[in-house]
Parts: sequence; C-alpha cells; structure tokens
Amino acid sequence: MANILDIRRRIRSVINTRQITRAMKMISAARLRRAQERALAARPYAQMLTNVLKSLVSRADTYDQETGEPLHPLLVRRSEQNVLLIVVTGDKGLAGAFNANILKAATRFLDSKRGKNVEILAVGRKGRDFLRRRFRTAEPRTVEAGTTETGTTENRKADGTSESQVTLVGEHVGVLNKIDYSLASEISENVIKRYTHAEIDSVYLVYNEFKSVISQRIVVEQILPVEHIGAPEIAQASEMELKDKQRAIEAAKGAGVSLRPADTTEIDKAAAQFATAPVDYIYEQSPRQLFRSLLPKYVATQIFHALLESVAAEHAARMTAMESATTNAGDMIDSLTLSMNRVRQAKITREIIEIVSGAAAQQ
Amino acid sequence: MPDSFQLEIVTPEKLVVRDNAEEAQIPGANGYIGVLPGHAPLITELGAGEISYRSGGQLHRYATAWGFAEVLPDRVTVLAETVEPAEQIDVSRAQQSLTKAEDALKSAQTEEEVSNDLADVRRAQARIEVAENKNRSA
Repeated sequence: MANILDIRRRIRSVINTRQITRAMKMISAARLRRAQERALAARPYAQMLTNVLKSLVSRADTYDQETGEPLHPLLVRRSEQNVLLIVVTGDKGLAGAFNANILKAATRFLDSKRGKNVEILAVGRKGRDFLRRRFRTAEPRTVEAGTTETGTTENRKADGTSESQVTLVGEHVGVLNKIDYSLASEISENVIKRYTHAEIDSVYLVYNEFKSVISQRIVVEQILPVEHIGAPEIAQASEMELKDKQRAIEAAKGAGVSLRPADTTEIDKAAAQFATAPVDYIYEQSPRQLFRSLLPKYVATQIFHALLESVAAEHAARMTAMESATTNAGDMIDSLTLSMNRVRQAKITREIIEIVSGAAAQQ
Repeated sequence: MPDSFQLEIVTPEKLVVRDNAEEAQIPGANGYIGVLPGHAPLITELGAGEISYRSGGQLHRYATAWGFAEVLPDRVTVLAETVEPAEQIDVSRAQQSLTKAEDALKSAQTEEEVSNDLADVRRAQARIEVAENKNRSA
C-alpha cells in the first residue's frame, strides 16, 4: 500500500491542476462572451448586405433573358472538377473534441468528393497540423509571419487530369485570437480570383456554427457558386450530442454565460429595413453594376461570419472541457483523500495492535 | 420639414456611428453627394473618400475605402468596408502606401492588376486628403 506521504503529494498536485483548469475555464468564459459580442456586432452589416442583394436580384437581371447565362461570374455553375475546401479549426488544443470533430467532418466531406481534385485552405494551427500530416502540401509562398497565401498551384490543363488528389494549398495560422475583417476579405479575394479564372469550380467552408452554447453544429457550407442569397447551401451538418449539450449547460452555468442566443430582433428589424423601403429609389449606378460590386463582399461577409462563429465555438468548447477537467480533478481529490485516510487509519490500527500484543507478551 | 436625420455608419465589424445629423457628405462612386434632411430616396455605391457629417454644429469626418449607402428623407445608412476617423489617420503611413501603390501601378501588366493598383492608389490618396483636411474650419 502506498504511504501517506506519496498520496499527500499526489493530492497536492491534483489540487494544482484543478486550479489551472478552473482558471482556464474562467478565461475561456470571458473570451467566449467577447467573441459572442463581436459576432453580434457583425450582424447588422451582414444583414443589410444580404438585404440589398436580395432586393437588387428582383430589380436587376442576374441571368441573361435569352440565353439563361448568369450575368455574374460568381453565379456561374460548372461541373465540379476542382474543389476548394476551407477548413476552420482552432489554433490551440485543450478544447475537448472541438478540432477533432471539425476534422472528422472535413474528412467525411473529402470522402464524398473522391475522384475530384480537392484543394484545402487551412485556417487554424490544429487543422493545419493534421492536414499537413495527411495530405500533400503545395509549395507554400510565405507572405507574412504566420500567413501563407493560397498560391495558384500548378495551372491544370483545361481537359483536367482524371486522378483525384487532395492538396493543402494554403494556411492561416495564429490569426484567430485577433480576428478582423481584413483576413476574411483577403481569403475571399483570393478565392474569388481563382473562381473567376475557373481554376476552381466550387468552394466549401467547414466550420463549427455557433448560435449559443447549447445550439451548435458543424456544417459544410457552399460558398461558391452563390446559389441563394441569404440562405447558404448546407452540404453537410452534424448536430451536438445530448451528452455534450448537458455538459455545456453545466459549464455555462458555472461560468455565468448565458445559454440563450443573444436577442437580435431589434438589430435584425432595423437591418431588414435597409434598402427595402417601399419607395422608388434613385439608383446612382445601375442595379446590375451594384450587384456586381456587392456580390464579392457578400462572399467575404460569409467567411468573416464563419470565422467569428468558429472562434466563439472554440472558446465554448474549451470552457466545457475545462469544466469537466475541474470536476474530474475534484473527484480525484476526494478519492485520494479517502484512500489516504484509510492508509492512515490502517497504520494507527496496526500500531495499536503492536502495542497491545507487545504488552500482552510481557505478562 | 425635419431639421435633422438619423445617420448610421456600419462596418463588417460593428456599428461605428449612430447620430443625428443636420447634413452629410458621402463619397459616391460617381462623385460626392451632399445630403440634407428630406433628401429623395437614393441608393449608391461609395468610392474611396471622405464621409463627413455635421451634428449639433460639430463636424465629424471619416475616411472610407469602399462602401454602399442608402439615403431616405429621414435616415441615411452607410455600409462601409473600412472607416477611419480623420484624427486617427497616420499620414506618413498613408504616404508610404501611396508610394508603394504608385510603384505597383507602374509595373502592372494585366488589366486586373491595373484596376487593383489603381484602387490602392485612390484609397491612399483619399486617406491623405482626409487627414490633411482635419484642421479645415468647421
């Protein structure tokens, strides 16, 4: 049986661990709150942009009347040969199954695109590391510290090679803790350029969607071609499991994070009025020209939105994981304390027996 | 006729301004547009330039690169990709990026490159202009 000193040492170490996990949980909760606020602050712009586009679609012909050809390159649908997948994970671990779940969804998506050329753009260190181990990496062109631009990989011939392959073509690492719109717009400009040059035929985004702590799912969203404005095409989705949901509820309660999605009705109402007043607008530019310049911004907004939600989800996942770790440490301390007491009691009993039997032997 | 209208400036990241303004000037893609209360409904794209408005006699000025605006008789909403208050513009940095953009423009080959670089030049010029005008009498 272990001696008391050893057990006591272990208890002390577990107490220290619990202190750390508890602190990490509180930090994650604070960051989650901030991330939620940012996601909320980003809503009006996205809403308004969507609105204008929607109302423009009804005024401007987006498709040629005679030929039925789309009038904007981002609406053009081609047969899917070259696919770009943007994988948004976290930069750091210790967030439970957060990164693993996203990568699982990404892998499943890749399976469904077997036979096509898939290029991957990784956002977040964890996903990058995993994908780099699994797939071929295109010659990266480092642009700035921690950022690599999606290089135009070897220009494929128009007839296309039939063998399928998956290539990691770019990465954005270490950018998630200070995320801003310029990152999203950089990614989207790149993607749009390659799409209009027909280097890629479709663009998907896999990320963890975040409505609230208990309403999350991992989705694969189709970014290009743009199908329906305001209603992104979901190619694949997996909901949260009940067990995870319960753990998330407990963690959120302990950290004082609201479970309900923030109330956005007021913002949404105001945004919904944008550019849709029942009046005859003077259009400074033709609706068609407006549509042309707005559509790329819509793509950027969608990517920005995904990044913001992913960051919030990552903090929520870490908060939940750390809550579990803290609880587990508590349980461990209890059971170690119990066995320590047992050992101590056993030792005392043994000593008494020794004294008593020693005294008895004297008689 | 009301003597002011509500002005909102929204960026992808947040709502930057919500104020009552007596007049505003926005950099429409085809030229500056002055807005007074009761303006006819209008929708326009914005180019690089200066958004300014007067609220309570005080003049507020921002630099913007690209945007979109809706004008209604009692409300003006500006969607801008970036806005920067005039006081916060770093002129020397803007000057640098202007030089860089001009150099890039000289060596631009394709039509696409030219239009991209040209946009960069305009953006840098707009920022410098806004910054240098900051002491303009209100």
